[in-house]
Amino acid sequence: MKHFKLSTGDSGLSSCEITANFADIHPPISAAQAEIEASRCIYCYDAPCVNACPTRIDIPKFIHQIRSGNIEGASQTILSSNIIGGTCARACPTEVLCEEVCVVHHTEGAPIKIGELQRHAVDLLLAKDGAHPFQRAPLSGCNLAVIGAGPAGLSFAHRSAMLGHDVVVFEARAKPGGLNEYGLAAYKMTDDFAQREVEFLLGIGGISIEHGKVLGDNLSFDDLSHNYDAVFIGAGLASAHSLGIEGEGLAGVGDALDFIESIRMAPEKSNVPVGDDVVVIGGGNTAIDAAVQAKCLGARNVTLVYRRGPDAMSATGWEQDLAASNGVVMRHWASPQTFLGEGAVERAVFDGTCLNDGKLTQTGEVFELPADMVLKAIGQTLNSGALGELRLDGGKIAVDEQYQTSIPGVYAGGDCIKSGEDLTVQAVEDGKQAAIAVDLMLRQKMSGVAE
Amino acid sequence: MSDLGSTIGGVESINPFWLASAPPSDKKYNVERAFKAGWGGAVWKTLGEDPPVVNVTSRYGVHRSHDRRIIGINNIELISDRPLDVNLREIEEVRRAWPDRVIIGSIMAPMDENAWKELAVKVANSGVQGIELNLGCPHGMCERGMGSAVGQVPEFVEQTTRWVREVVDIPVFTKLTPNVTDIMIPATAAKAGGAHAVSLINTVNSVISVDLDNMTPMPTVDGRGTHGGYCGEAVKPIALHMTAEIARQSETQGLEISAIGGITTWSDAAEFIALGASGVQVCTAAMLYGFRIVEDMNEGLAAFMRDKGYRSIADFRGKATAQTVDWNALNINHDLKARIDDEACIECGRCFIACEDTSHQAIRIDAKESGGRKFTVIDKECVGCNLCMHVCPVKDCITMEAVDTDRPYVTWPEHPKNPQRKAAE
Repeated sequence: MKHFKLSTGDSGLSSCEITANFADIHPPISAAQAEIEASRCIYCYDAPCVNACPTRIDIPKFIHQIRSGNIEGASQTILSSNIIGGTCARACPTEVLCEEVCVVHHTEGAPIKIGELQRHAVDLLLAKDGAHPFQRAPLSGCNLAVIGAGPAGLSFAHRSAMLGHDVVVFEARAKPGGLNEYGLAAYKMTDDFAQREVEFLLGIGGISIEHGKVLGDNLSFDDLSHNYDAVFIGAGLASAHSLGIEGEGLAGVGDALDFIESIRMAPEKSNVPVGDDVVVIGGGNTAIDAAVQAKCLGARNVTLVYRRGPDAMSATGWEQDLAASNGVVMRHWASPQTFLGEGAVERAVFDGTCLNDGKLTQTGEVFELPADMVLKAIGQTLNSGALGELRLDGGKIAVDEQYQTSIPGVYAGGDCIKSGEDLTVQAVEDGKQAAIAVDLMLRQKMSGVAE
Repeated sequence: MSDLGSTIGGVESINPFWLASAPPSDKKYNVERAFKAGWGGAVWKTLGEDPPVVNVTSRYGVHRSHDRRIIGINNIELISDRPLDVNLREIEEVRRAWPDRVIIGSIMAPMDENAWKELAVKVANSGVQGIELNLGCPHGMCERGMGSAVGQVPEFVEQTTRWVREVVDIPVFTKLTPNVTDIMIPATAAKAGGAHAVSLINTVNSVISVDLDNMTPMPTVDGRGTHGGYCGEAVKPIALHMTAEIARQSETQGLEISAIGGITTWSDAAEFIALGASGVQVCTAAMLYGFRIVEDMNEGLAAFMRDKGYRSIADFRGKATAQTVDWNALNINHDLKARIDDEACIECGRCFIACEDTSHQAIRIDAKESGGRKFTVIDKECVGCNLCMHVCPVKDCITMEAVDTDRPYVTWPEHPKNPQRKAAE
């Protein structure tokens, strides 16, 4: 478990210490380490790790390729299933996916380090100047529109380009990558990796990205569905939930994702303002990323407050341990009531919670935490206003098994659809499968016209 | 208390572990370090007539397992490249300083009676307890009519052995090359020439690998390479077979064996002794790990003997020989079925794919209610080949169960399906 340099007593962290804290949390393994780690893999048949990967990367094959010295082949194996395999190797909660089911657990007490091997292979290919490893099918003449240049949209765009279609990606923000660029802890994505990965992905050709295109503002959903042969929505969940409590508007109260983004965008991390007493509200990996990074920036006290118990947290055990072992105080079973302060937040008031007949209820055990910074990591919602007649389900876009929405020719995937799991790797799979479905639909349509 | 003392060809040793004639036994410094570490003896690096040979660089190439451990070495080094008198003087000094240890003088000469005899006498006079004839090197020396060029001609094997026997009164070991189709032919020739023992195997002729960037065989000498002698763990099965043949065949009865070939641990040594060897020689393991490996060879072998109740090497020497037979003596009625222990199974599927793709499609996968996979042997398809048991990464998860309990022992010569059957009806 990584131990960051933490501020003690009155002394904060020097800018050098802060910079060091934001170094790669999992430094790349050496070629020799990769070879030895790869040799531990027992090359399962119909391997559990493959079934546990949402994108079904042929893991035993790519590890065997690393072992045989065919590292480029290993990268191709990975990227042919998951074009965002470099980010997934860094950000996937492998401990609850491929590595959780690795059978070497049973024989050696620890799984194969699949994530680190995947990163080893993909990084090597991305570091190489040269041709993109995949080729485009003969051009179909079809034009596809994608809303959102996050993992789902980029995965859709790449697979569609591979299948011979031309793609325009409309992105609201200045940089592509979505949460890969803006929403992951900086120590997980060092060296501008998200941008390098997008650049690599675009190497297939046939994809253009138009930035500053905001749906409902300078981009009309109806126009897109009329002007393109198909539309894919990978817009994610753009609006932050609100707690709806008093004091939420005070200075110092903000969204954890904005905080994470400010760190990612800062060339010099020590310039990012952080409080002395930081309170993070939420129980997911975003809450952990915010809390741990606040510590990395030198916050003296960071308390993560979650309204249920540790088992209910969507942050993985590894993430929770990372926070706990780096001085983040975890307080379970409490929910925020109000934030107090003169202009800026000074205290956060919580009430205890418990389960009553399966229902979360307040206990009346009120307590206060000093807080000059409050970070809300309580989830995002779909900005559905600009999506027209699109049918929703549980606040998210409803799709069928082919990822098609209620409007024919309009597809969706990633966090904005109902099955979205808040996982980069699932978004990549959604985009890939939607592209395959769209391709099939277009080819059926074209052959129908020809007849 | 188990006694590790061994006697071979009349030469007594405090333990059965000798350094083989090779780079580790090239000079006094190395041999004394080996004796300090606990080796019972050393066969000095092969001595030839002066002037000494000249060696090249580089000299070694290696074969690795996937976890990067070296399991085989190939070398193109020649015999000792130091003057004969320097070697003989050092041998005398070591013999005097280490009276309880064995030094065998290894010699090599062209097919010339005087050359062999003069060299043998000179070396014997240095005080060695035995002479070993190097008839095996498969590289370099053979191009000059020595080494394997002699060992591959049975008449030469017999002749050189006889020449040396005629002029020395210490035991003579004839070292055999494995680069022949039937080891029994040179072994029988050595016996006919009067050898007290045979040492085997010398290295296996090989090209260890190819440098695919430079398109040269390894090891590379200024852009070119040549075949060399292969040794180490990977050659042990070849050496075990040749040891077993000499130990069990009637033509070579009484011929003692100093076994060589990939011996790395005490259990390797015990296997050779069980097949009939009186002692063993080691080179590669020492080259890879240093002379200290003999410590566990001695301790492990003693512990094994204590466990099994063997008081001496002789107690278990050749104990596996009688069970080593021709294929025709095997029981065709013996029948095994694989059994997979569900509790121990980690569900990797290796047994399934090995059987499905390359054997008899005798393993079935069923979905477990709990969500996993259950692997079951289909008895009627299972031929008991053992492949699944070997590929299974979990020890004792797959075992073989005998299911032939009520059937008689029938060999192929007696088998009803054998057209040439000679057994009584």
